[in-house]
Amino acid sequence: MDVLSDPLNVDVYVTGFLWILKLTLASVVGALVLGVLLAAMRVSPVPVLRGFGTTWVNTFRNTPLTLIIFFCYFGLYSTLGFTASDDIDQNNYWLGVIGLSVYTAAFVCEAIRSGINTVPAGQAEAARAMGMSFRQTLTMIILPQAGRAVVAPLGSILIALCKNSTIVGTIGLAESSSAMKELINANGNAVIPIFFLFAGTFAAVLIPTGYLFGWLANRLAVKR
Amino acid sequence: MSTDTVLYDHPGPRAKARNLVLTIVFGIALVALLYWIYTRFDEKGQWAGALWKPFTESSTWTDYIVPGLINTLEAAAVGMVLSLIFGVVFAVGRLSDHWWVRLPAGAVVEFFRAVPLLLMMFFIFFGVPFITEEPMSIFWAVVIGLTLYNGSVLAEAFRAGVRSVPRGQSEAAYAVGMRKSQVMSHILIPQAARAMLPVIVSQLVVLVKDTALGYIISFSELLQMGVNNLSANFGNVLQAAIVVAAIYIAVNAALTAFAGWLSRRTRRKGRAPRAANGQVVMAGALDMGGGAGGTL
Repeated sequence: MDVLSDPLNVDVYVTGFLWILKLTLASVVGALVLGVLLAAMRVSPVPVLRGFGTTWVNTFRNTPLTLIIFFCYFGLYSTLGFTASDDIDQNNYWLGVIGLSVYTAAFVCEAIRSGINTVPAGQAEAARAMGMSFRQTLTMIILPQAGRAVVAPLGSILIALCKNSTIVGTIGLAESSSAMKELINANGNAVIPIFFLFAGTFAAVLIPTGYLFGWLANRLAVKR
Repeated sequence: MSTDTVLYDHPGPRAKARNLVLTIVFGIALVALLYWIYTRFDEKGQWAGALWKPFTESSTWTDYIVPGLINTLEAAAVGMVLSLIFGVVFAVGRLSDHWWVRLPAGAVVEFFRAVPLLLMMFFIFFGVPFITEEPMSIFWAVVIGLTLYNGSVLAEAFRAGVRSVPRGQSEAAYAVGMRKSQVMSHILIPQAARAMLPVIVSQLVVLVKDTALGYIISFSELLQMGVNNLSANFGNVLQAAIVVAAIYIAVNAALTAFAGWLSRRTRRKGRAPRAANGQVVMAGALDMGGGAGGTL
């Protein structure tokens, strides 16, 4: 591991994973908020909202994330003039967060919708019989139960989001996979240690996270 | 629960009025947003005919888009076949009775599921040539990366599928004198594959989308040919990206529709494994196990 004896290389590694961490954290919030809203739209009584939700999901779920990030850069930034920050890295970071959120929200929406399907019909019927409105039925009865059923799928979505955040490197953010590429090209004699350092970091964080979500899902599951 | 009508009452006069107001307000907001995008595009001259005209010429399609699409589909097809094989082999490996097969197979699957595909491709394309001292074929760099990742996810899907087959099936097979390998290949895998069909096909959609990562290591697939190379000649990045996105959406929507048709077909004929209470085991409800998997 003499690659890491150079403090500059350590810096590249740390910066790469800091970007991944920041991208993941910000996009998780964005994707969850958007995803829940979209799921609510897709089950709502208003046809326009339902149509909007369906279109969103079908569009973004079927487009490669690379292309979406591409659109964020060339469409949102170059053409529509959206600028989040004057700092070029910060700006690319926010463009990446938007792309990741928009893409992941489609999956969150579908996960929550399938969670809603696991709630017995009697729950909603009882809520309506008590005179609850659609909003009340959804937010007080259905979503809390659906939420517990979707812990496991949401966990896999979170993990996939973290892995997908490497794609933001396409628009020039020095995240971990670009960092690894840089280190490999500069240190051709230490390719394997470099790869296992980067891949191992992902594995060391993500595999336990996966099992944590599996355990959580079991604990929180509504026993019927 | 069917979400169609259970969540809300049939609208009365007040609800109808409210829904109408919501429709109008949301509709206006949506139209306003689209109009804003339209005018911004207009200001930048993105609607100029010259930028869209290349798509009406056959040479654009024959020189850029079709070759790119063919490369994408070729990489996806080879990747699909290899990752299905990889998936079956490692699923069987993880279900083995011998710990010296089970543990390495499990470690491989868990590792490749947790490593980002892009990182994997970078390593294969930029790193491996340093070790082998031979240049790496870009096609195989993409395909091997796709295989290792999607194969590992499929391995977990197959494993969950095999575990969902009722125990009586393998007990009956052992009772008629089948060996372990026969039980696995004749009884368990066919039923597991059927039960997991929706999951398998949706993973294949993921695989098609993931070929776009090849763009980053400049594999001449759809994104590279259709957006990068095309716009280098005509200066129409956005227009090319819109057309290419439409192609991706069409290909994946077709695959998804195929998956839906397959799962309806297997369900109707009652071939999918049934749980004790006679209900068809839904793939989505199966426990895919822990770990860092995920299909997106």
